[in-house]
Amino acid sequence: MTYLPYYVAAWLFVVGLYGVVTSRHMVHLVICLTVVQSSTYVLLLTIGYRAGAAAPVFVDIPAGTPAVDPVVQALMLTDVVVEVTVTALLLALAVQAHERTGRLDPNDLGILRG
Amino acid sequence: MNPKVRMAIFVVCGCALFAIFAAGLSRLHPVGFAAGPATTYSEFVNSITVPERRITDAVTAVNFDIRGFDTLGEEYIMFASVLGVMLLLRRQPDERDGAPIDKQKGRRIPSPSDAVRILTISLTGPLVVFGVYIVVHGQISPGGGFQGGMILATAPLMIYLSGEFESLRKLAPRWLVEVAEAIGAGGYVVIGAAGLFASTAFLHNLLPPGQPGDVFSGGTVALLNVTVGLEVAGGFIVLLLAFLEETLVRRDPS
Repeated sequence: MTYLPYYVAAWLFVVGLYGVVTSRHMVHLVICLTVVQSSTYVLLLTIGYRAGAAAPVFVDIPAGTPAVDPVVQALMLTDVVVEVTVTALLLALAVQAHERTGRLDPNDLGILRG
Repeated sequence: MNPKVRMAIFVVCGCALFAIFAAGLSRLHPVGFAAGPATTYSEFVNSITVPERRITDAVTAVNFDIRGFDTLGEEYIMFASVLGVMLLLRRQPDERDGAPIDKQKGRRIPSPSDAVRILTISLTGPLVVFGVYIVVHGQISPGGGFQGGMILATAPLMIYLSGEFESLRKLAPRWLVEVAEAIGAGGYVVIGAAGLFASTAFLHNLLPPGQPGDVFSGGTVALLNVTVGLEVAGGFIVLLLAFLEETLVRRDPS
């Protein structure tokens, strides 16, 4: 009976936000955002976990063996795909911002130009 | 904004967020001991995966059979994001073909060491085989189109790391990769529509289910995995080429 993984998820979320807020480099900022998102992995897998249950792959265990929740694992797969695509999009934005302004510090990008 | 002010706001809001988050989570069931109606759907999925759907990996059964329509949306999230990156990294008016001019004159670009070249070139073939293996065995063991497609997309990265970017461009030209991605994205819809016209519902599993544990089990799941694998591999190679070509343009000084 433990709640520890839930608190790990909450901590990952907040520590990732700390990285985003204090970031001085746009690539660092994008990586911090992936830390925020990784808290959802911990949370989803924790919710689906059953004590003493097997992985939901019935190759070498007979069908009907108690297994953990496959639905949240499928959700997590979606989560990974979305994270990777968002990361690619944000890095492309960082490349463009660097080309236009020559800077990668988000603090220097406060002024909008037409 | 002043960094100190921002930090002060973050400390207050971050602590509040963590407290609310933790308070909400502590009302959930203890880890590993879910009880009540919330568990019934997962138990239902686990119980029908092998006897009815003939798929031994329950996660693949959820993704491509029971909730196949959601995976279509997931695939198109990827497609839209690749389109977004292509749009952002498109050729700008002040960019021309040609190696970029180094601002510090007289620097020599070191070529990759022999160890890196041998390792990356000898890894390329096994990575392709492993990627295809993961794609086609999704219905048996953990894997499938998304995972296998990512592994397939690392093979061109290996060629790039060995310093052969020009041969990568010849081996995987933009148009070929884009065609593969389009076939992957459209193939999912075509297989789904085949279910709609030949039977009753979109993505209806038409093909014979086969024996659990066999490569040809699960009906259309294997085909859907192949289309997703093409889409993911194609999409990521397009991304890779777009980012790499960004380093190979000459910009007019502004």
